[in-house]
Amino acid sequence: MTNQKKFIVSHAPFWHDGSCISARSYHTMLAALPALLFGIFQYGMPAVGVVTFSIGCAMLWEVILNFAMKRSVSIGDGNAAVIGLLLAMLLPATAPWWFVVVGTFLAIVVGKMIYGGIGGNSFNPVVVAVAILGISWSNILDFNEAYINYDFSFAMLYPLATLKAYGVSAVSGFNAGDLLMGKQIGGIGATFGLGLIIGGIYLIIRGIIRWEIAVSFLVGVFVTAMLFNMADSSKYAGAGFHLLTGYTLIGAFFLASEDSSSPVNFVPMILYGLFAGLMTVLIRNIGAYIDGVIYALLVANLLSPVLDKIRPKVIGKVA
Amino acid sequence: MIKRSFVGLTTPSFEYSVKDSSISGPQKVAPSKTVRLIIESPFSRSVALKAGNEVKTGQRLCIGNACAVSGVTGKIASVERYVNQAGKACTAVVIEVAASEQIDDAFANACRSNPRKAAQEFLANAPGNPPMSLFDEGKGLDTVVICGADSDLDIVTQQQVLEQSTDAVQKGIAAIKKITGISNIVAVAPQSLMQKAGSIGASAKVVSNAYPAANPYWIMKDIIGKVVPAGKSWEDLGVCIMSAEAAASIGRAFDEGKAPAEKIITVVKKNGGKLLVSARIGTLFSDVFAAAGISVSGGDRIIVGGPMTGYAAYAEDQAVEAGTDAIMVQGASDITPVSDYPCINCGECARICPAKIQVNMLVRFCEAAKYQDAADLYDLHCCIECGLCSYVCVSRMPIFQYIKLAKHELARMNTAEATND
Repeated sequence: MTNQKKFIVSHAPFWHDGSCISARSYHTMLAALPALLFGIFQYGMPAVGVVTFSIGCAMLWEVILNFAMKRSVSIGDGNAAVIGLLLAMLLPATAPWWFVVVGTFLAIVVGKMIYGGIGGNSFNPVVVAVAILGISWSNILDFNEAYINYDFSFAMLYPLATLKAYGVSAVSGFNAGDLLMGKQIGGIGATFGLGLIIGGIYLIIRGIIRWEIAVSFLVGVFVTAMLFNMADSSKYAGAGFHLLTGYTLIGAFFLASEDSSSPVNFVPMILYGLFAGLMTVLIRNIGAYIDGVIYALLVANLLSPVLDKIRPKVIGKVA
Repeated sequence: MIKRSFVGLTTPSFEYSVKDSSISGPQKVAPSKTVRLIIESPFSRSVALKAGNEVKTGQRLCIGNACAVSGVTGKIASVERYVNQAGKACTAVVIEVAASEQIDDAFANACRSNPRKAAQEFLANAPGNPPMSLFDEGKGLDTVVICGADSDLDIVTQQQVLEQSTDAVQKGIAAIKKITGISNIVAVAPQSLMQKAGSIGASAKVVSNAYPAANPYWIMKDIIGKVVPAGKSWEDLGVCIMSAEAAASIGRAFDEGKAPAEKIITVVKKNGGKLLVSARIGTLFSDVFAAAGISVSGGDRIIVGGPMTGYAAYAEDQAVEAGTDAIMVQGASDITPVSDYPCINCGECARICPAKIQVNMLVRFCEAAKYQDAADLYDLHCCIECGLCSYVCVSRMPIFQYIKLAKHELARMNTAEATND
């Protein structure tokens, strides 16, 4: 028996389609590149600093937690890097170093690892982090204040803040083409609408995010904003403005579609997206906060397991 | 192996292999020195079954009620304990093959007095595993499905049998009709073999080429038109599903008056090349590999059955059994190991599941050993065991294994409860 050949023995199936978590993470980062590079081009080296530091910190927090929890080191799957990257894309380029450290701590530790790591989090870690940061240090996440020392060729006003403070007439200067091409201030990777759409379409085609969520989220934002606009166009901005400003696009393609915190069945995915879109515009138009994406997603994440109870009838199920 | 396409939005589509002229054979494989027969009963010493006894071809070797019919003539070398892939305690009988063959006429004699009983006694482990419930009068079966399509990918065994042994299948159907009195016989075959299926005295039905159309549950749903309810089998609905090879075995047995022992096997090499071989039941895998020109080394994987639903053999001296439709060898570099990652909830499994089970939730309950909840809340017993969920799992979880384990544990718990009552 001792000199017998040792074969691999395992359970069926013996084929696998080759997909893996790390490839998913790397493709997500690849899809984020157009918007990210535009942000770096716009804000220069400070943006590079925030992005790289954020990715590094996120991975470091994960390693620390791996050791603390006596689990195998899991940064190889790239998920921590994705979280760090997406968090940086939501922050202003002027975010101080300690802000990034705290932000990544909130995302990785509070948002993900305490639930047991990847797949266990019921909220999107990035959204949790930005929500807490926004409540705790709203001045740092205030983009008008953040970019006070920058001067670009376009209006140096955060569109959503302007809308909130001065009404629709104040934002009439923003046209859709400029917003799509990133001629607005905001998070490092959240302003270049076209880049986010290209990245999002790439993710959808590769089957990494579920198109149902991204599309229904955008439809939710569009329809709700349009209804508000139709009700009173002097008080509420148009649907196009809401789609192209703030965190809407990055939320649709990179945040709402996070695997663990979103439903997987068709009808629930549609409901989840529509609900998040509706909440986003409700918060923006009649709530107290400037951008509603973050809080809308938190509430939608909360609903996700309940929504996922709506599922097709299983073949062979005895009623 | 089919890999995920660049466009991941589309679900991967699997097609059954269609037998064509590129597949050679069947090449005859003779056992080199010994054969190994499996009796599905725990080991116990008996006078009839001990080392040194002579065995004739077609002789029954029994422990308790379970029997194996020897496919060769020779001398028993040893009788060993053996645990089969389902974890059942069995007995392995190793027989040294003699040079000349002697046929045992017990089956021929049994046939003359009571063909139904003869079939039950001698054909249970004939090539293709004819289901013995067919000859059980109390079962109340009214339909027999003869499946000339292979139920897993990359196999062409049943197609080969239906194509080349049409006569035997036809005789088998006639014998089944005569013995059981069941007149509703349905022959299921892929499009390419419809002509053959139509010529054997059964109503021919086409089975689609898309996996898992030839899965018994799916044959029931799509071809017979009855959905098998959770926890039941097709036999509970009065349908007996058997392979074309099983029908051919029955046909040959009654035609020639001896229990058949030649099994057709699709052998898939490391590079994916296929050939057909014909080997006696009990032939060791090492003999099959030698004949097929395959060299296996440590770290490879030997798969008995298809890539989606087969099982892995742990040694080269395991043997061909009645249901061994295929033997595949996978090189060490082609093996994707499973991981201990948790489910990331991507939903690929739930979307590919043909039975529409919410696998992402089911696997959570199975992982946590909440088997009863898995069955009650997330339809464990509706699983048709096609293996597609594990195939697409991004976390590379052994989902199929979790499901099989859950079913096994539940069955064990239910038996324990029943005996306690």
